[in-house]
Amino acid sequence: MGTYWLTGLIFTPLLGALFVLLQSEARAAWRAAFIFSLIPLAISLYLFAAFDTTNAGFQFVEQARWIPHFGISYHLGIDGISLFLVILTTLLISLSLLYSAGGDIDNRPREFCFFMLVLESGLLGTLLAIDLFLFYVFWELMLVPMYFLIGIWGHGRKIYATFKFVLYTMLGSLLMLVAILYLVGAARAHSGHLSFDLLALYNVPLSTAEARWLFAGFALAFAIKVPMWPVHTWLPDAHTEAPTAGSVILAGVMLKMGTYGFLRFAIPLFPGVAIEAAPLLMTLAVIGIIYGALVAMVQADLKRLVAYSSVSHLGFVMLGIVALDRQGVDGAVYQMLNHGVSTGALFLLVGMLYMRRHTREISEFGGLWKSVPIYAAIFMVVMLSSIGLPGLNGFVGEFLILLGAFLSKSVAAEIAVAGVILSALYMLYAYERVMFGPITKAVNATVRDLDAREISVMVPLIALVLLMGLYPKLLLTRIEPSVDAMLSHVQSAQARLDSQAPVRDAALAQP
Amino acid sequence: MMIDWNTINFAWMPILPLLIVGLGAMGVLLAGVRIEDDDSGVLGIPTVAILVLAAIPVMFGFGQPHAVTFAGALATDDFTAFFEIVILFAAAMTALMSIDYVSDAGLPGAEYFSLIMFAALGMMLMAAANDLIVIFLGLETMSIAVYALAGFMRRDPRSSEAALKYFLLGAFSTGFLLYGIALVYGATGSIKLDAIQAALTGSMRSNPLLLAGLGLMIVGFGFKVAAVPFHLWTPDAYEGAPTPVTAFMAVGVKLAAFAGFMRVFMVHLGPVRANWTEVLWVVAALTMTAGNLSALVQTNIKRMLAYSAIANAGYVMVGMAAAGSAGAGGSILYYLLAYAFTNLGAFAVVVALDRRDGAGDNISDYRGLAARHPGLAAAMAIFMLSLTGVPPLAGFVGKFYVFSAALDAGLVWLVIIAVLNSVISAYYYVGVIVAMYMREGSATSAEAFIRPALTATLIIAAAGTVLIGLFPQPCVMAAANAFASALVSTPHHLMSMVAP
Repeated sequence: MGTYWLTGLIFTPLLGALFVLLQSEARAAWRAAFIFSLIPLAISLYLFAAFDTTNAGFQFVEQARWIPHFGISYHLGIDGISLFLVILTTLLISLSLLYSAGGDIDNRPREFCFFMLVLESGLLGTLLAIDLFLFYVFWELMLVPMYFLIGIWGHGRKIYATFKFVLYTMLGSLLMLVAILYLVGAARAHSGHLSFDLLALYNVPLSTAEARWLFAGFALAFAIKVPMWPVHTWLPDAHTEAPTAGSVILAGVMLKMGTYGFLRFAIPLFPGVAIEAAPLLMTLAVIGIIYGALVAMVQADLKRLVAYSSVSHLGFVMLGIVALDRQGVDGAVYQMLNHGVSTGALFLLVGMLYMRRHTREISEFGGLWKSVPIYAAIFMVVMLSSIGLPGLNGFVGEFLILLGAFLSKSVAAEIAVAGVILSALYMLYAYERVMFGPITKAVNATVRDLDAREISVMVPLIALVLLMGLYPKLLLTRIEPSVDAMLSHVQSAQARLDSQAPVRDAALAQP
Repeated sequence: MMIDWNTINFAWMPILPLLIVGLGAMGVLLAGVRIEDDDSGVLGIPTVAILVLAAIPVMFGFGQPHAVTFAGALATDDFTAFFEIVILFAAAMTALMSIDYVSDAGLPGAEYFSLIMFAALGMMLMAAANDLIVIFLGLETMSIAVYALAGFMRRDPRSSEAALKYFLLGAFSTGFLLYGIALVYGATGSIKLDAIQAALTGSMRSNPLLLAGLGLMIVGFGFKVAAVPFHLWTPDAYEGAPTPVTAFMAVGVKLAAFAGFMRVFMVHLGPVRANWTEVLWVVAALTMTAGNLSALVQTNIKRMLAYSAIANAGYVMVGMAAAGSAGAGGSILYYLLAYAFTNLGAFAVVVALDRRDGAGDNISDYRGLAARHPGLAAAMAIFMLSLTGVPPLAGFVGKFYVFSAALDAGLVWLVIIAVLNSVISAYYYVGVIVAMYMREGSATSAEAFIRPALTATLIIAAAGTVLIGLFPQPCVMAAANAFASALVSTPHHLMSMVAP
């Protein structure tokens, strides 16, 4: 007899979404949506408390037949890699709803709440699915509400941004679907058993060429989502034109689906190719780190600056992942959470500023420190966390990633360190131009400071910044066992491949 | 020649559905004598009832072993039953969405609805046909009724143009098909599909007469399913025909044509599939690509859906090119079912916005629809997402199934072409959603015609699109079994094609 915590986690938001549609009044819709978003948050915190730190495998597992004709089952589970991403998702959705109700979204609020809650279901399902078909369903499902969020409530060139987002992500997803189908077919040819279950698809014998192509199919889909240089070009448009809540979820959670996909699927399924491709991916990651930072530095639009900083930060995460050692991957998982918290907070802060001044041009501001001290103080903490100041969360992740990268490939790590310096440079420079100096525009003198709602949105994030910076053990004890298990799977698979490779390739070459 | 009637097996049960539809069509025609054109939409109600009634004996026929009747002219198996059900469903949905349309446009409903039923009769005959002449008879019965339906708006020159183009090219294609049938008969000495299959041994497999016949038959079927390069009539015919008729052409005609196409090629010409799968590979790739690229630039939604229907025929032919895989036949049947739900729904939305005089069919007329008619826009969004292939909707499962069969048959590049096409198609399908949700409507945007019958059509289509996508297992099983049942009579050397 199993428990149904994970099903509850995924489907409560969906129920909430339907419930919200029944509300006729905007206030009632906001309230219903927020309350419904608190339930998955509570469930995810319960999972954190009940999580067994000695178990590296999937916990709270649920499995039921779904489409037996195709060997597809409804198979859910959570482990140390997904646990904190789930909590991050539930938290950021709640905070985004709380923030958006305060005036950021006044057009069609009911539909907005509907799409936010559907989005939450899609994101949680993606993180919890262990069946590849189920994963793909949620993977696509999370994109649809995002199209609507950007297209309806976005700014400026929102329709252009929507189309770009749709086409980029569709391209990656569909090629991944082909790779999934091919892999499942190869597994059936090998074992005579049709199954989309991830656990049944490890160790499928593939020729080197097949494994390379399949890895490429998965990796492209995930790289687009991360986004890695050079397939990142959808990101600045989507992030900049999206409404604040959309940017928060996009940057805070959705980008992690790419890095999560590498950790959960691309690398464990094709460990040999992953090791082979590590230098290439590492190079792209380092290019992303430096490129993102340099482009962020010259942005005149504050939101675009934060968007490009994501390219740089996610480059660090990828660097840690492809280091394929304990410190690097632990750090990558940690940094995924850090980026979610601090970039989510940055987008919220930029949104708050935009609501007051209806501009995001850095040159429009200056001297805000005097008129909005609370805002400036919170912004300072978040910015320092994003830079990676010791004592705050960003430092822990970056340190582990760089340590891991140094232990495996020192050159990449050396260049990546420059990215840390550059991020300090563009963040501090932007902060200085916005907050300090004389008030050059009269309107900036009368900007009102944060209200109670906005402060209550920011407080949990600031608390996390401090908690994760000062007591990383709380998270790392839960992350490490699963990461170690994943890495030992990669190493043993690699060892086995090395010993069998000549025999197998010869056997597969036979007609 | 004396015919010994006693040796011929007349099993009436298998043709009971055909009789019900045929007699029903005549009944509706008679009943219409006393009804004014402006009220004649009401005849859609008995039409739907007759079509549903005809489905009952088909339902009872499910699960029966493969058998032939009427001197081997008709096959009774789940393959026939599956197609008959979907054809009856498509015809009933067409009638349902026509009820108000016919009255509003002042069309003579008696003729209209009886033609729909006669067309459905022809389609069912094609699905059941077990020899080439019966396929031809079914095709002609269907086509002549649909030619007339396409030109039903006599005062609208576009409707006449549609009918004329459809008729001329249709007649032309029928010629190809007939010539192909003649050559196959010449080569194998039979018009019976089982006998043709049995004749495919030794040197017959590469007999030039047979191969020429197959080529001509591919052209003939290619016209009917609107495969590239035989698709040029489609956009004009779809645009000019009355919108519910367009829905019927896009779904019913295509279903019937694929039923015949599959029965002849995948079931009975399986032994020589090496001779035709490569042709279909190329046709499928061309059809998908040309259909999707042309759809990108359309501004009229009926033309856009016409090109989308062409592209969908391409995806189906990916499944046919994968005939070597055990799952291919079932995947096509499921795909066509999903396609029927989704496209009937999409056309029902077009009917709701159609101004009955040809206006209201531009994609720009859909701007701001979400604000004016949220339910209608939500339904259209579901249909467009299903056509794009977004899970968990029916269209996704269909593509998933067809693509897995094609990969199983080793057609990796064709599948990659197909998914790249899906990406292209996302642009124009999402374009409709963008118009409805993300652009503002103008003050002149007229109201939609939403009445009970149309609402029912939309609810059935939307619910079907969601449910058979979310819980595909029963339909997938039915589709797989239906195709397998058509294969039962095949000689032993073919049995390797059947799923283990």
